[in-house]
Amino acid sequence: MAMLGSINGVLMEGLDGDNTWCLKDYVARGGYAQLRRILENRMSQEEVISEVKKSVLRGRGGAGFPTGLKWSFMPRSFPGDKYVVCNTDEGEPGTFKDRDIMRYNPHAVIEGMAIAGYAMGANRGYNYVHGEIWELYKRFEEALDEARAAGFIGQNILGSGFNFELFAHHGYGAYICGEETALLESIEGKKGQPRFKPPFPASFGLYGKPTTINNTETFAAIPFILKMGGEEFLNLGKPNNGGTKLFSVSGHVNRPGNYEIPLGTPFATLLEMCGGMRGGRQLKAVIPGGSSAPVVPGAVMMDATMDYDGISKAGSMLGSGAVIVMDETVCMVKALERLSFFYYEESCGQCTPCREGTAWMYKVVHRIENGLGKAEDLDLLGSVLGNIMGRTICALGDAAALPVQSFLRHFGSEFEYHIEHKTCLVPKDVQWAGSGFHKVQA
Amino acid sequence: MFSAETLQKFAREVSKYPADQKQSAVMACLALAQEEQGWLPPEAIEGVAAYLGMAPIAAYEVASFYNMYDLKPVGKYKITVCTNLPCALSGGYHAGEYVQKKLGIGYGETTVDGVFSLKEGECMGACGDAPVMIVNNRTMCSHMLPEQIDKLLEECK
Repeated sequence: MAMLGSINGVLMEGLDGDNTWCLKDYVARGGYAQLRRILENRMSQEEVISEVKKSVLRGRGGAGFPTGLKWSFMPRSFPGDKYVVCNTDEGEPGTFKDRDIMRYNPHAVIEGMAIAGYAMGANRGYNYVHGEIWELYKRFEEALDEARAAGFIGQNILGSGFNFELFAHHGYGAYICGEETALLESIEGKKGQPRFKPPFPASFGLYGKPTTINNTETFAAIPFILKMGGEEFLNLGKPNNGGTKLFSVSGHVNRPGNYEIPLGTPFATLLEMCGGMRGGRQLKAVIPGGSSAPVVPGAVMMDATMDYDGISKAGSMLGSGAVIVMDETVCMVKALERLSFFYYEESCGQCTPCREGTAWMYKVVHRIENGLGKAEDLDLLGSVLGNIMGRTICALGDAAALPVQSFLRHFGSEFEYHIEHKTCLVPKDVQWAGSGFHKVQA
Repeated sequence: MFSAETLQKFAREVSKYPADQKQSAVMACLALAQEEQGWLPPEAIEGVAAYLGMAPIAAYEVASFYNMYDLKPVGKYKITVCTNLPCALSGGYHAGEYVQKKLGIGYGETTVDGVFSLKEGECMGACGDAPVMIVNNRTMCSHMLPEQIDKLLEECK
């Protein structure tokens, strides 16, 4: 099943059949009708962009930047090559929504990209797919073949004279390539190391040409926005937070999975849709927007709404909509240790504060977790993270520092306990039981 | 160096990019080379570089930057276990320990008979299906509790 639950679902509605990813099925659901309408009615580029602006669709990859505005930055009358790039390099811990879009609705991404290409005067596009979801990279290539054979992408689409070539490019295991300029470097066949900005991709992108990069869910929403009208899409959500959004819920809930709900839905409702807490245990903390977002205490989360402004008010970021739910069996030191290891492992090594700082943060949290922490370690962590934030080319440095900062802010006493008692507040067997992994002996 | 079939696949990858941007195909060609040879010996990396008309060092940079390329030989089946936080909350650590015990090897090691290699991986983007493992960079295995792990190892022999 595509979605475990939805309220006013749009992108992933009606995807319960066996072949929802096939062209025939997509067309039967009304697919490619918007691309056809735009081309046949010769809608102007401004009209298309204006509809997207009206929807207040905000980038679904994590930054939440208004998509219509981003599109309007493209020099659409600039002669020569321009590119549209889709970011399906979904590697932010907690996020797995784009995987389901690729699995059940890949043609919505293709149609969205073709419409984007038309609106921005781009004739070529790439979808950068996370290497780990290889089966879906292959599926997307099949979908591209179908769309090409049916004349929805390629030369002279539907006899309109509009050309749009679209290809899939796979990653091969580098979180940093989810950063848009690292992603462009990667498509160019290099190490995925982020570029200095400015210049921004809209003026200097892929192969140095004007380029717009959007997330998979963002592109997939485009045909639906054109179908229902920007205003109606906006009204599904709340002001400044248009539409529905996919939320990937992982961790200690009874039914982890993807849920499509209107922005502004209370977290408590989402938790209920997930069948509540596993084993009826207490909610301890939530990371509401993927591992890079600050952690929020459970009680604060229960009063928060799931939208960009609501989560920001709760002291975090909506990010990619990856909701990591933790119950009372979690040791916050161990949780942070694993996240810190991730950023240390995935730092591209380009900027010294991030390369060295992520290693230091992991090392210090690791020794606290293992009973070797010193009283001055918490100040040391504060100093290291302060020397990373705002001092790197891309956001990975901040993404590594924010969890450390927020874990210390909200759960500092657990870290102090670890340092003082050389052990965890939460007994190991309780932690183990929380994971639900039964039968221990091989 | 490469089979006719692999070369044909190389050509298809190159055709995705503008004619003067052959280097863009390096990631795909390295993946194909690894698929053919089981890992990426230096000659394979140099072979890909020569095919694409790029400096060998530039291809090495790519091969050593991305985690899914194997620059050392691995077993017939390489199992990568995600232990990142969302997976760990649902048994990722324990699933990894379970496989280690069953195979008698640690992360980064290969069984003596050369059948299995084990790797600790980072987020695979499938956290809702935790615990998650990937076999040979290609097959994602979901909900890997003990019974499922037993079954997988049995099938891989």
